Amino acid sequence: MAILSKEEAQAILKKVIGFSKADACEVSLNGSDGGNIRYARNAVSTAGQISVMSLAVNSTFGKKTGTATINEFDDASLQKVVKRSEELAMLAPENPEYMPLLGPQDFPESTTYNAKTAAMTPDTRADMVAKSLEVSKAAKLEAAGFLENSTRFNSVMNSKGLFAYNKSTNVSFSVTVRNQEGTGSGYIEQDFNDLDKMDTLALSKIAAKKANGSAGAKAIEPGKYTVILEPLAASDMLGNMFRGFDARSADEGRSFMSKKGGGTRLGEQLFSENINIYSDPFNPELPSSTWDRDGLPNKRTQWVEKGVVKNLSYSRYWAAQKGAQPLPFNRSIVLEGGNQSLEELIKGTEKGILVTRFWYIRSVDPQTLLLTGLTRDGTFYIENGEIKFPLKNFRFNESPVIMLNNVEALGKPVRTGSGMIPPMKIRDFTFTSLSDAV
Amino acid sequence: MKRRNFIYLTGVGAAAAMLPAIPVWGNEIPFEKSLEYVDPASKKIIADVALNAARSKGATYTDVRIGRYLNQYVVTREDKVENLVNTESYGVGIRVIANGSWGFAATDKMDKDSIAKAAELAVAIARENSRLLAEPVKLAPQTGYGEVSWKAPIEKNAFEIPIKEKVDLLLSVNDAAMKGGADYINSILFMVNEQKYFASSDNSYIDQDIHRIWPTFFITKINKETGKFETRNALSAPTGMGYEYLDAKPEHKIHTAAGTVYKGRYDMLEDARQGATQVADKLKAKSVEPGKYDLVLDPSHLWLTIHESCGHPTELDRVLGYEANFAGTSFLTLDKWESKKFNYGSKVVNITADKTEKGSLGAVGYDDEGVKCGKWDIIKEGILVNYQAIRDQAHIIGLDHSQGCCYADNWSSVQFQRMANISLQPGKQPLTVDDQIKNVEKGIYIVGDGSFSIDQQRYNFQFGGQLFYEIKAGKIVGMLKDVAYQSNTQEFWNSCVAVCDQRDYRLGGSFFDGKGQPSQSSAVSHGSATARFKGVNVINTARKIG
Repeated sequence: MAILSKEEAQAILKKVIGFSKADACEVSLNGSDGGNIRYARNAVSTAGQISVMSLAVNSTFGKKTGTATINEFDDASLQKVVKRSEELAMLAPENPEYMPLLGPQDFPESTTYNAKTAAMTPDTRADMVAKSLEVSKAAKLEAAGFLENSTRFNSVMNSKGLFAYNKSTNVSFSVTVRNQEGTGSGYIEQDFNDLDKMDTLALSKIAAKKANGSAGAKAIEPGKYTVILEPLAASDMLGNMFRGFDARSADEGRSFMSKKGGGTRLGEQLFSENINIYSDPFNPELPSSTWDRDGLPNKRTQWVEKGVVKNLSYSRYWAAQKGAQPLPFNRSIVLEGGNQSLEELIKGTEKGILVTRFWYIRSVDPQTLLLTGLTRDGTFYIENGEIKFPLKNFRFNESPVIMLNNVEALGKPVRTGSGMIPPMKIRDFTFTSLSDAV
Repeated sequence: MKRRNFIYLTGVGAAAAMLPAIPVWGNEIPFEKSLEYVDPASKKIIADVALNAARSKGATYTDVRIGRYLNQYVVTREDKVENLVNTESYGVGIRVIANGSWGFAATDKMDKDSIAKAAELAVAIARENSRLLAEPVKLAPQTGYGEVSWKAPIEKNAFEIPIKEKVDLLLSVNDAAMKGGADYINSILFMVNEQKYFASSDNSYIDQDIHRIWPTFFITKINKETGKFETRNALSAPTGMGYEYLDAKPEHKIHTAAGTVYKGRYDMLEDARQGATQVADKLKAKSVEPGKYDLVLDPSHLWLTIHESCGHPTELDRVLGYEANFAGTSFLTLDKWESKKFNYGSKVVNITADKTEKGSLGAVGYDDEGVKCGKWDIIKEGILVNYQAIRDQAHIIGLDHSQGCCYADNWSSVQFQRMANISLQPGKQPLTVDDQIKNVEKGIYIVGDGSFSIDQQRYNFQFGGQLFYEIKAGKIVGMLKDVAYQSNTQEFWNSCVAVCDQRDYRLGGSFFDGKGQPSQSSAVSHGSATARFKGVNVINTARKIG
């Protein structure tokens, strides 16, 4: 079994630290256990299961660090891995950016683990896929999808007394449903910590509805349009931007967060006043670990308030250089929205385009965060508050920074790959060409 | 999220946004341990345990892949070594057919008991899933090869080169760029050795030793007054070679209007020097006027367009819909192939698939389901003539054998159809890069790869680049910036008017072609000579924020 309890992990880590002769020693012990099933053309294709556990020892003499890892846990192996990391440290070049170890920290227990998800078997996965296939077969559509679940634990201890442990589960599901003629396609994806929230039948019905609804798409001229981005589409645009809230690249002058003439945009109004972004590891819909890999606590952090950049993340090294507090970035991002549903956003739109999701997004210019990509799996024309007809897919060239300056309305945030993201109504979104892809 | 343990390269710091996300699979090991090779005889014992266990549980077919995957990464910035990482991932993946369905399980516990259990689990999964089958898996026949081996024809094993020599090279590259006026440089040496053992119930026992190397850098220069910055990435290619790739002789250099480009070998120091000059030129370059231009595309750029617009749409699993939920499907549907007259490109467009080309990333003796590799036509004089298939798909296109395109990125990943080296063949008439430029009235000469995006059926694409030169009346008149071109695959390849001859043929490629769920990376090369395209739509990508 690759998933150890807090006490089991702590016992092994303590033993390893006890073998250390280095100036500083940090040991991490991680394991995961998971399985997956994939299907296409309304039938299962591949499936698998794997479980792994591994221990890594970081030994430091002065500013010279060596790392060694092992996946055997008897005393002799543990002694061997410590010795090997110490030998490597002696050979390593000095790391001028080495930071001394942190002492004990206080980490509250996270809420990332769910026992039912951890207990999933090949049988559970096959049943969940069978439900998805029921939908596509009954509607004479074709489904291709993927279901995966994992349980993992992460733990770390150092010779200055820091100890942290986290156990988490995840179940993720995505499905593409297409009509048999290949003229309509719908998609949905969702992940949860808690298996009970995952309803593959209901999700597949949404994808099937989009598949039927998107058939017979019409072409309209590319250009600037008001768009309603479903949370998935908005999340696709924003993930890249969130990763750019980094003080070092901003200070170095090579980020969209860099200020002309030097320094960062911290404190500047970079987005519309209706944009508020924070992260919180205790968000009930999107919990995350309460510590980051540097051993720092993850706390609720306001990144953007009323459009003003309130915080950038600092590594411990960069914080020391700049006299700032270290601040880790955290996955549990929330872009605050309102209470409107997607349907209400559509109802309040005179003319616009509804986007289900984007695809193949790549950075075009890191200076402005200009991205290119395409709409996929359901793009619709809205007129007088109603969906009128499906549209052919577009390529866009747009920056999420520009996008967050053109926000007309925000709906209720939902869990996506980039955080809790609301559906968004954006004006002047730039589509640059048409695509024949369905 | 991937299910394996992984280490993301850390400490890359500021340039992280400009680097690809680099997953480094496996456990860190001492450098000298990379040189040990596991004896095939001991791998055969393990394989037989799995084959017998699966057979006894009722598997009608089994293959066993025992993989030792070694990675070495040397990461530096300016005058600092940021990271030295040496990893090993060793384990076994067992794939079976039972009740007509595939099942797969993997373990890193190499004792006989754990391996037998993994084989049994694979059979149990196959049986469980057979209730969701439409029809039983049908494999193309494959005769066993017995005990055979294949080794990549490298001259210098990169893992044998002392770390100090590699660190010194990167630091001297960084120094050259900084002296040349760069503000920042990140440089990286990636080295890969896959030691793969394949055994199957068809009586094949195949031992293979595969090497790959990719030296690369990212230079940044900032204009502090305007707050603008530009980057210039290395013009190297990841290759299926040893450390000899870094030993360039004059015959490996082609001198063009964009400076020196490299054929088969790479001079990293020289490229860093010219990169530092060119990144300064990029800051001063003229912003492009959008419109139609003739494009002259260097192989260091064109490989990526070939990869996206020909490599992917001719993958048979995409054509059939097996990738519909992730990478997408393909516009090159079976009816287009059956018609034998689908005009993919102009008459000068000849594209081949080749799993044997020396020095390429995709070259192996046998694929990951034990099929001997070869070469075949994909597009012949502009017409779609074939796809890329594996054993359980071959019958769909009327083949009685697999084309050997099966690959898994790790012992713990299930193998599936992956791209062969897909290359544009050079023109038959003598033609140089200068000749191509001379024939352009209004155009852009593009060198190096940049931003890339294509739709899920591979119609509409947009590509950037590293260096853009304006061509007017047959002459290069200066550098451009903010350039990207958008086109449609069929339209684009039909606008191809000329391809340079064999002398200019070069390989580009990627270490990280992503496909599948869970996502897997595959390394693949694409060859071409400089090619010219008529009247392609160019957009201006400059924007203003804040």
